[in-house]
Amino acid sequence: MANVELTNVRKVYGSSVEAVKGINIAIEDGALCVLVGPSGCGKSTLLRMIAGLESITDGTVKIDDKVVNELGPAERDIAMVFQNYALYPHMKVYDNMAYGLRNRGMPKDQIDKRVKDAAQILELTQLLERRPKELSGGQRQRVAMGRAIVRSPKVFLFDEPLSNLDAKLRGQMRVEIKNLQRQLGVTSVYVTHDQLEAMTLADILVVMNAGSVEQIGAPLDIYEKPASTFVASFIGAPPMNLVPVKADHSGLVLKDGTRIGAEGLSIPATGALIGFRPEDLEVSAGTDTHIGGLALDLKVLGVEPVGAESYVYGIIGGERVVVRVPGRSTSNSDDQLRVIVPKQKLHLFGADGKRI
Amino acid sequence: MASSTRVTFPNKFLPYLLLAPQLAITAIFFYWPASQAIYQSVLREDPFGLSTQFVGLDNFRRVLGDPNYLNSLQVTVIFSVATALIAMALALLLAVMADKVIRGKGIYRTLLIWPYAVAPAIAGMLWLFLFNPSMGTLAHLVRSAGYNWDPLLNGDQAMVLIVSAAAWKQISYNFLFFVAGLQSIPKSLIEAAAIDGAGETKRFWTIVFPLLAPTTFFLLVVNTVYAFFDTFGIIHAVTGGGPGKATETLVYKVYNDGFVNLILGDSAAQSVILMIIVIGLTAIQFRYVERKVHYG
Amino acid sequence: MIQNNPVGRLIAHVILIIGILIVAFPIYYTFVASTQTLQEILRPPLSLLPGGHFWENYSAALFGGVGRIGGVGVDRLLFNTLVMALGIAIGKICISILSAYAIVFFRFPGRMVFFWLIFITLMLPVEVRILPTYKIMVDLGLIDTYTGLILPLMASATATLLFRQFFMTIPGELVEAARVDGAGPWRFFKDILLPLSKTNIAALFVILFIYGWTQYLWPLLMTNRNDMSTIVIGLRKMISFADADTEWHLVMVTCILAILPPILVVVLMQRWFVRGLVETEK
Repeated sequence: MANVELTNVRKVYGSSVEAVKGINIAIEDGALCVLVGPSGCGKSTLLRMIAGLESITDGTVKIDDKVVNELGPAERDIAMVFQNYALYPHMKVYDNMAYGLRNRGMPKDQIDKRVKDAAQILELTQLLERRPKELSGGQRQRVAMGRAIVRSPKVFLFDEPLSNLDAKLRGQMRVEIKNLQRQLGVTSVYVTHDQLEAMTLADILVVMNAGSVEQIGAPLDIYEKPASTFVASFIGAPPMNLVPVKADHSGLVLKDGTRIGAEGLSIPATGALIGFRPEDLEVSAGTDTHIGGLALDLKVLGVEPVGAESYVYGIIGGERVVVRVPGRSTSNSDDQLRVIVPKQKLHLFGADGKRI
Repeated sequence: MASSTRVTFPNKFLPYLLLAPQLAITAIFFYWPASQAIYQSVLREDPFGLSTQFVGLDNFRRVLGDPNYLNSLQVTVIFSVATALIAMALALLLAVMADKVIRGKGIYRTLLIWPYAVAPAIAGMLWLFLFNPSMGTLAHLVRSAGYNWDPLLNGDQAMVLIVSAAAWKQISYNFLFFVAGLQSIPKSLIEAAAIDGAGETKRFWTIVFPLLAPTTFFLLVVNTVYAFFDTFGIIHAVTGGGPGKATETLVYKVYNDGFVNLILGDSAAQSVILMIIVIGLTAIQFRYVERKVHYG
Repeated sequence: MIQNNPVGRLIAHVILIIGILIVAFPIYYTFVASTQTLQEILRPPLSLLPGGHFWENYSAALFGGVGRIGGVGVDRLLFNTLVMALGIAIGKICISILSAYAIVFFRFPGRMVFFWLIFITLMLPVEVRILPTYKIMVDLGLIDTYTGLILPLMASATATLLFRQFFMTIPGELVEAARVDGAGPWRFFKDILLPLSKTNIAALFVILFIYGWTQYLWPLLMTNRNDMSTIVIGLRKMISFADADTEWHLVMVTCILAILPPILVVVLMQRWFVRGLVETEK
C-alpha cells in the first residue's frame, strides 16, 4: 500500500518530441486514479514511466514516498495488467501467475497459497492447468489480473485492460475491477481512452491532452465543471454542445447572425462558447421566453429513438447540437423547436477554450 | 504511443557478448578469406611461389579471355537452366496432381520428399550406378536397345546424366514449395473461375499458374543458386568435369585451377567473379522478398 | 469445393505413382545392389528383387574395414559424419539464436552494422572463397580435425535471419510483463524465448542436420586422413571405374548407409521439416 506522487514528470523522445510535458499528480493510498485522453495524449507513456518500462526524462516519480526514477520495473513493487494481457503462451495459468513470485525466490508453498487464493477470488480455480490459448478473452483478462494480484504489490497499473473485450463483457469486468480494487485497497493507476470506463472507475480522474493534464478531479466534478472545451467534449456521451457566441452593442449574436437574449451573461470581447449538456435542455412548448434560462431556436435535422430516450439532432445558430429527451420524441425533421437551457446548467468558455 | 518501437532490455555490454561468437566465426572464416581472394585476384605469383607482383586486373582479363573459362561459363548456364527447368516442371506437375487427390496426400508427400535428404554427390553416384556403361542396369538396357550410350566418353551424355541427377535431387524441395503455394491460393478464386465457365485446364493456366508466379520466381532463383554451387559434389563424384571439359562448371573450375592446377591468381579472380554472381542472384532474391512483404 | 471427376483423379494418382517411382527407383536399385554379391552386380541387368547377402555385405562394410579407404570401417565414417552434422546443427542454432536475440531485444551502438555484417555472409558461400579459407585452416592447424569440419560452417546468416524474424513477432508487452515479473535478459531468454522457439529450433535442426550431413566440398578440403573422412567423401574415394578391384557391393552398402540417417530424420520429423523449410526461405 502506498501513495504515488508525480512531480514535473517529462518525457522527451529523441531531442525534441515532448510526449509528456511536466505532469504533477498525487494519488492517495488506496485510490484508483484513471488517466483518460485520446490516443497519443501521453497517458500510456506516463503509465509506463511509473512502471519503469520507460525512462523518465525529467521530474520525479515517488512510490510510497520513495523516489523510484532509477529503479527497474521489478524493483518498484508494482504489478501491471497489459492491454493484450501479455500472458506467457507456453505456460499454464498457474505458472503464469507464479512466474513473478518464483523470480523473487519465494518459497514454493507460499507461492502455491497465493496463486490458489488469487484463483479463488477471480474464479480461476478450474482453469489453473490450462494454457492461455485454451481460454476465452474474459478468462485471459482474469488471469492477467490474477498475475497482478498474487504479487500483492504497492501499486497496480492497468494499461487499457478492457479494450479487447466485447461491450457486454467490458461492462461486467469494469464492475469486477472496481470491486476488486476496493476490496484489496491497492493504489491503482488505470489508463483508458474510454470516458465511460474512466467515469465509472475513477476515484480521481486525470484528463490528458497532448502531453499535458487538462483537469484533475473527482469524475462528477469534472463532468459538472469541465475546465476546458476539450474536457467538456471528451467527457460525456454524447458530448457537450458548444455554440460560439459574440457580444455586440445590442446583445449576443450567434455564428449565423441569430440574436439571443443576454440573460445576464458577460461575454468577453474576443467571443466565447456557450456549452450545455444534451440532457440539460428543456424543449419549450410555447414560444414564450422562460425565466432564468437561455432560450434558443433549434432546427431539427433528425431523430434517433434508442428506446429509453431519444436523441434529437439539430442546428442552433449554425452549429450542430444534440438534445437528449426522455422516451420518444414527437419532433420530425425540419421542425423548429424552442429549447431552453436553465441558467445553472450553462457553461461558458473563453476563446482560448478555458472555462470562464 | 510507444508501442510502435521495439521493447528492449537496457543493457550496454551483454549484446556484444551475445554477438561475439557469430561475429568471430564470420570474421575469421568469411571476411578474412573473402578479402584474401580479392587481394590475390590482383596479384601474380611466379611458378615457384617465391615472389608476387601486383598486376591489376590482368588476371580478370586473362580469365575472361580464356576459351576454357568461357566454355565453363557456357556449361554452367546450360546445366543450370536445364536442371532448374526440369526440376521445377516435374515438381509443379506432381504438386498439382497432389493438390487434386483426396486420399493418400500424406503418403504421397512422404514418398516424394526423400531425395531432399540425399547429398548431391550421392545423388550423382546413384544415377551413375544405374547408367554407367560397365555395370549399370539401365545403361545395359539402353545399349541393348542399340543406342551407343557412354557418358564417360560422350560429353553430351555426361551432361544429361548430371542434369538428371541434379534435377532428381531438387524435385522434392520444389514440390514442397509448390504444394504450399497451391494451398495459399484462395479456393473461392478457383470457384469463381469455374462459375465463369473456365474448364480445368483453362483454370490452371489463367488463374492458378499466374498466382503461383511468386513461388515460381523464387524457386527459379533458388534452383539457379543450387545448380551453380551445391552441385559441385555431383560433378566431382560423377564426371570430374569431363569428358574433355564438357561438364566443367564455374565452381568446379575454381576448385580445379586452385587445388589441382595451383594457378592461384586465376583461381582467385574466378572466385571474385563468382562472388559477383552470387551477389547479383541474392539481390534478385531480395527484391522478390521485398515485393512479397509489400503485397503480403 | 469444385468436384473433380473420378477420371481426373485417377490420372492424378497414376502420375503421382510414376513420380514416386522416379524418385524412389535409384535408391531402391542401390538397396537391391547392396544385397547382391560383387559378381552379380558386375553382370547387368540386375534383378529387381533384393538378393540374399544383406547381413554379409552390411556387416562387412560396417565392421570389416574397406580396403580402398585405408581399411577404415564405414562405422567410423558414419560416426564422423554424425559428429559433423550434429556439431553444425547445434552450433549454428546456438550462435544464431544468441546473435538474433542481441539484435532484436537490445539497442546498442553498431547494431545495424553487425546485422549487415552477418547478413552479407549469405553472399559468400564457401565455394567462392575456397583457397584462402583452406589456407587459414592449414595455418590454424585445423585440417583433419572435427573443429575444422564444424566451426567454419557454424556461422549462418539464414538461421540468424529466421530467429530474428520469429523474435520480431513476439509482442513487446510480453517482454514488459517479464520485466515487471522480475525477469532480466537471461531469465527472459531461458524461461520465455527458448520455450517459445521450440518449434523453430526443431525445424531448423532438421534442415541443418541435413545440411551438415550432405556437405561435400568442405570435408573434401578439410580431411586428408581416411579415418577423419565423412561418409560422402569416403564413398567417393571407394569408387573407381578404371580399377577392377572396386568392391561394388560394399559401395552400395555404404551408399545406403549414407542416405539412411538423413532420410529417417526427414521422414520422422516431416511436420517440422516442411514447416521449417517453407518458412526459412520466406
